[in-house]
Amino acid sequence: MKPQETTAQMTQIKKMTKGNPIKKMIFSQKLAPFFFLTPFFLVFLIFFLYPIFELFRMSFQNILIGQTEWVGLANYKQMMNSHFYTAVKNTLIYTFWIIVILIPIPMALATLLNSKYLPFKNFFKSALFIPSLVSVIVGGVFFGLMFGDTEKDFINSLLVQIGFSPQQWKLGAATGMFLMVSLNCWRILGINVIYFLAGLQSIPNSLYEAADIDGANAVQKFFRITVPMLKPVTLFVLIISIFGGLRMFEESYVFWKNGSPNDIGLTIVGYVYQQAFDYNAMGLGAAVSVVLLLLALIIGMFQLKYFGAFKED
Amino acid sequence: MGQNTTSKIKKTLLILFFVFTSFIVLFPFYVMFISGFKPASELFSNGLNVSMALDTLTIENYIYLFTEGKEYFRWYFNSIIITIITTIGSVILSSFAGYALAIYKFKGRNLIFGLVIFLLLVPVDILMLPLYKVMIFLGLVDTYSGVILPFIVTPFVIFFFRQYAIGLPKEIIESARIDGCTEFGCYARIMAPMMLPAFGAMSIIQAMNSWNNFLWPLIVLRSNESMTLPIGLASLISPYGNNYGMLLTGSTLTVIPILIVFLFFQRYFVSGITVGGVKG
Repeated sequence: MKPQETTAQMTQIKKMTKGNPIKKMIFSQKLAPFFFLTPFFLVFLIFFLYPIFELFRMSFQNILIGQTEWVGLANYKQMMNSHFYTAVKNTLIYTFWIIVILIPIPMALATLLNSKYLPFKNFFKSALFIPSLVSVIVGGVFFGLMFGDTEKDFINSLLVQIGFSPQQWKLGAATGMFLMVSLNCWRILGINVIYFLAGLQSIPNSLYEAADIDGANAVQKFFRITVPMLKPVTLFVLIISIFGGLRMFEESYVFWKNGSPNDIGLTIVGYVYQQAFDYNAMGLGAAVSVVLLLLALIIGMFQLKYFGAFKED
Repeated sequence: MGQNTTSKIKKTLLILFFVFTSFIVLFPFYVMFISGFKPASELFSNGLNVSMALDTLTIENYIYLFTEGKEYFRWYFNSIIITIITTIGSVILSSFAGYALAIYKFKGRNLIFGLVIFLLLVPVDILMLPLYKVMIFLGLVDTYSGVILPFIVTPFVIFFFRQYAIGLPKEIIESARIDGCTEFGCYARIMAPMMLPAFGAMSIIQAMNSWNNFLWPLIVLRSNESMTLPIGLASLISPYGNNYGMLLTGSTLTVIPILIVFLFFQRYFVSGITVGGVKG
């Protein structure tokens, strides 16, 4: 852009907007961005900033209908109970399995999908992706049925056929966890495959060609080239898996609503919901949310540091 | 034994492997589909197995759903309305913000962009209790607006549009301005058409999220008539299995529209989710 043009443009606009403040406003390049950002500001203030302050305030209060009293740290002290610990434990175990399963397997699947020998790539990619279109509730309904308790229910009937005893899936801690983890893995697998596929596209082919010349086999190429080169994607998937794990709620709700035997399905978000809406303990729920918020922020800062969305430009 | 044979073996093995994997992954859909055609009594007494005795298959569950399922179609209607408004509203309003952050230079731009990134890190679930209080205060509990408003501008969508618009040629705007185009006109008539792929990708992602959204609607929607599909279906789940017929057919019909959308707009799905964080 040459300077003369800018001046020409300025005089042009000045001519057009002469003496009309409304016209001046709609042509103003200074005001325009704020006009465009107004909806964002409004939503941010009403549905984010204020709720954050309110959350901290609520966590120091005992909230009953019509009256609210300050109780200092009582909610935080009350938080230290066995139900909460179980919720934290379940959330962590769940997150652990999600990471252990949903990183290496999609990475391997993506690598195989990317193979030049495989035809119908798009078909297989779609097949893996389709479960993620289904809501957790709908998926859970069918998982719940397949993993029914009787010998005739699908999964149990398979177990009986290969000589195992039928399981009461929704009653035990280990089997309950298995249900939640497998429901999530079924839904998320295809999404992670697509992330890794996108990552694979950015690996220069010359690296593999060089490895071929050195006589490397497929396994060596996978561990020496693919895995290290996929590190940024892997970190990204790791972070979203941790986030997904921390906020887990639906996978448990669909199997037990909010009343799992011995808390086997209780998660941190489930505990917040239960306290606030089933037991009317809003303050305690808020205190737990504050802890969760701080956790999310710590992980988020880690994410920013390693990904640097700020570094982008 | 040439190069050719080896690659044929590789090809066959890969195809077999992915046919097997696809089969496992898609199997629940078969179960979903077939079980809706089984008599509820059989499901209740024999559990869910995948045997398919053709002579017992029946459409009674679907007939029941369409004749008795008034509440189900009410939920369906609610879900459609909420999904449409959330999708259109959030994509347009978020595109405003993303566009402004990409095109204009103004004081505080980096700060606001940093804020958007920060918001990406805080899941709405964490704020559900104070948000619920806000909704009580605004009188929006149990309304469409209550479900929609917190999502009407979405940080993720802002981020996407900002990344997209930053790659657009700004010179076009300059010349449009000389021709007397207003700032909004530049957006609506020149830049928005150039961002159509972004609108496509984000519409699909937002529609999918809204259609499947669970926790927030569960909190805000209190009455049976105002429920969305996932909330309504969840309310049918009971340990006694007395709602099987409606639950199974109802769930199946929930999946179909989104499946159709997916088949038509596949590539938008892929571009929509990959931009999330994987920088090329």
